[in-house]
Amino acid sequence: MAKNESGPADIVPAAGHDTGTEIVLGTGVVSPDAFTDPGLPPHRLRVVDTDPKAAKKAERVVYALFYISIIGSVFAVFAYMFFALDPNDLNSVRLNNLYIGLGITLSLMAIGIAAVHWGKAVMADKEGVDQRHPTRGTEETRARALEIFKEADQESGFSRRSLIRNGLIASLIAFPLPAIALFRGLAPMNVDPNNELKHTMWEKGLRLTRDPSGLPIKASDLTMGSSFHVIPEGLVDLPEHEKLDAKAKAAVLLVRLEPSALNWTSAERESWSYQGIVAYSKICTHVGCPVALYEQQTHHLLCPCHQSQFDLENECKVIFGPAARPLPQLPITVDSEGYLVAASGFHEPVGPSFWERLN
Amino acid sequence: MSTVATNQQSGFIGKASNYLDERTSISGAVKEFGRKIFPDHWSFLLGEVALYSFVIILLSGSFLTFFFQASMSPVEYAGSYVPLKGVEMSAAMSSTLDISFDLRGGLLMRQIHHWAALLFVAAIGLHMLRVFFTGAFRKPRELNWSIGFVLFVLAMAEGFTGYSLPDDLLSGNGLRIIDGMVNAVPVVGTWITFLLFGGEFPGNDIVGRLYTLHILLLPAIVLIFIVMHLMFVIIHKHTQYPGPGKTEDNVVGFPILPVYAAKAGGFFFIVFGIVALMASLVTINPIWAYGPYDPSPVSAGTQPDWYIGFADGALRLIPPHLETVWLGYVWSWNILIPMIILVVFLLVVFIYPFVEAWVTGDKREHHLLDRPRNAPTRTAIGAAGVTFYAVLWAAASSDIIATHFKVTMEGVINTLQILLILGPIIAFSIAKRTCLALQKKDRTMALHGFETGRIVRMPGGEYIEVHQQLDVYDRWKLVSFNDNAPLMLRPNTKGKITGGMRLRVRMSHWFFEERIAPVSSVEHQLELENTHH
Repeated sequence: MAKNESGPADIVPAAGHDTGTEIVLGTGVVSPDAFTDPGLPPHRLRVVDTDPKAAKKAERVVYALFYISIIGSVFAVFAYMFFALDPNDLNSVRLNNLYIGLGITLSLMAIGIAAVHWGKAVMADKEGVDQRHPTRGTEETRARALEIFKEADQESGFSRRSLIRNGLIASLIAFPLPAIALFRGLAPMNVDPNNELKHTMWEKGLRLTRDPSGLPIKASDLTMGSSFHVIPEGLVDLPEHEKLDAKAKAAVLLVRLEPSALNWTSAERESWSYQGIVAYSKICTHVGCPVALYEQQTHHLLCPCHQSQFDLENECKVIFGPAARPLPQLPITVDSEGYLVAASGFHEPVGPSFWERLN
Repeated sequence: MSTVATNQQSGFIGKASNYLDERTSISGAVKEFGRKIFPDHWSFLLGEVALYSFVIILLSGSFLTFFFQASMSPVEYAGSYVPLKGVEMSAAMSSTLDISFDLRGGLLMRQIHHWAALLFVAAIGLHMLRVFFTGAFRKPRELNWSIGFVLFVLAMAEGFTGYSLPDDLLSGNGLRIIDGMVNAVPVVGTWITFLLFGGEFPGNDIVGRLYTLHILLLPAIVLIFIVMHLMFVIIHKHTQYPGPGKTEDNVVGFPILPVYAAKAGGFFFIVFGIVALMASLVTINPIWAYGPYDPSPVSAGTQPDWYIGFADGALRLIPPHLETVWLGYVWSWNILIPMIILVVFLLVVFIYPFVEAWVTGDKREHHLLDRPRNAPTRTAIGAAGVTFYAVLWAAASSDIIATHFKVTMEGVINTLQILLILGPIIAFSIAKRTCLALQKKDRTMALHGFETGRIVRMPGGEYIEVHQQLDVYDRWKLVSFNDNAPLMLRPNTKGKITGGMRLRVRMSHWFFEERIAPVSSVEHQLELENTHH
């Protein structure tokens, strides 16, 4: 029976055959009545081996292709010189790309095809056979390797002097620790991400302004069914490197619907809107893409990244897709001049969920 | 030993070789590898395509580094692309536009780099499928499968980090999605994104950091793994397809010098040529059409590069409202479950060779490949895996599918959700049945030969179609495959049956219960006698 070194020796193939060898077959079945290998089939000559004309032709094709490749290279250089980029003509970019590219293509393809054709049709068609040897080292090699480890262990006392060995292991575990500490510097030291993620620019009295111009919006600017992309007042004046960070949290979508179309769970939520105008965070609660697609017919907001859908009529609750939470609503009202302003900041963190979101 | 060379070389090349050999012992390498035999098959070229695309990526990428500025400092675009003139953007975006519009051949190099990157991941994927379906991962090559798997993951990481560098609208949204996903990781997620982005998203650091990963760390690791991968190919020698004269103890093919060097070297130029052709004719990643990153706008129908599709699709297929609050903390199952599914899927790919080795318990070295039909269960598992991946991948384009075929978005998603579960099961059984049917066909062919189409009327009036036996070489291809049979459960030497033993036996039945044994010479002899008398 086939021996099995990994498991119990009694696990045997149900229909195994005795091979009488030491090789472990496992489920493998070696049949004693298997066919015998007929050996390599007789060598078949190529056309180029029998027809001198064809051989000559193959040779010509190979060197012709090498010279054609030179034409391609030269063509690419000329294309570089003569298809210059003209700042006033976008088409020049296309032609520059096209002709340099085609020249390079010809140069490369001709070399490639020539070399392969040389190998297949011109070079001697002489198949060879290499013998394989087992991957494992020979018994002597393995024995010697083992012996070397034993000698090294003996001479160093690695096993015997356990205090030294354990000291080595412990110090090797400890030595990367400073590197871990150093990587703390990847983020600013005195800022708590938790705090940052929970606050946006929005606060009481801040005007709603258009994205990207920063012009304030009057309630009367919004016709029924229309929508505006909104950023907080003052965002456009922020230093450039802070602008995107602030915008990534504060972007808001403003929509006006019939007040009767809006269903509210509480009077307080209703007071967050103004005459049917509602403002919701545009940052998807799934993974943070801008929920930028507003469907006028159904009053649904759609996130183009993963197709989460939010229902404007019902406090932007999730009605389809992977998002778990409604879009946070920004309470709004109007100021004395009739401009839309925030009645307060957001009442919950905007954007994707994070671990400490509710703490 | 005398230092006088016994093989006196004359002429420049002879003297130069002698000079080199006396200092490097290079003749040993030539003797060892110069005539090494490589077997021929089109499917062996897939790995070569991957290797060559990597070389193309290195060449074109080095060119791009001379012009690209990996910085998020704001600049006002002043290049020649008119629609974006005067627009505030990062130096990264601006320099990418300059490469595209103000550097001759710059767009070509960008497109060669991007097309080669797409090809790199695709070729790795196809190469993995070839290795899987032919059983090339079996002993002694399990570890090389692991190395190749790491390369697959690294290639995707290289692709994603590169995709994010231009800091355009699409790549910024890609990073936003990563930010959202990492934020969902319990306990450490918030801090990891904070460290990754150097503060809040998007911050001012991420492009520079990804650049270091993209052009230094990741390529270095990829290179090391490629070297290991190829070293193992040399140590193991290449596998070969079964056929007459090909055994577990030999390799039949062509020597490196000269034939294989010519063919493989030429093939590099062909792959490079095809990539250059695509780059000259087909636009890829037109960042000027998307504009610089801004967290607010995004257009409908945005797509990631193809190899990220399966991950994006997984995010789309999860049903709504999956989030719980436990102990005051947020558990975002809508993101964690897709992430877990992806990790488990990749883990299964990674460990498959070890699982199959454990089930078969086969300790032999396998250098002859399996035809996929001759390992029906493995082929079926592969088909199920491919289907699973394909459904996730299709899901990444759910909106495009919906608009293109004029069906509802919800309908597409719901269909794909069902397909994600049913699809692999259906694919498994179809693939397995097909393999078994093909094996039966092979068996019939080996036993009875092929139908000649010649109808003969016997003296008794009976009509028969004459079958012609295959020649020995063709028959050998049909009868010489690796045969497996399920294990039997018996107590071990201690008289016990452990849980592991039960599982292994059950798995072996699942793998090999339905088994078409190869035709034996005895069976064939009997068949011949029957038809002759």
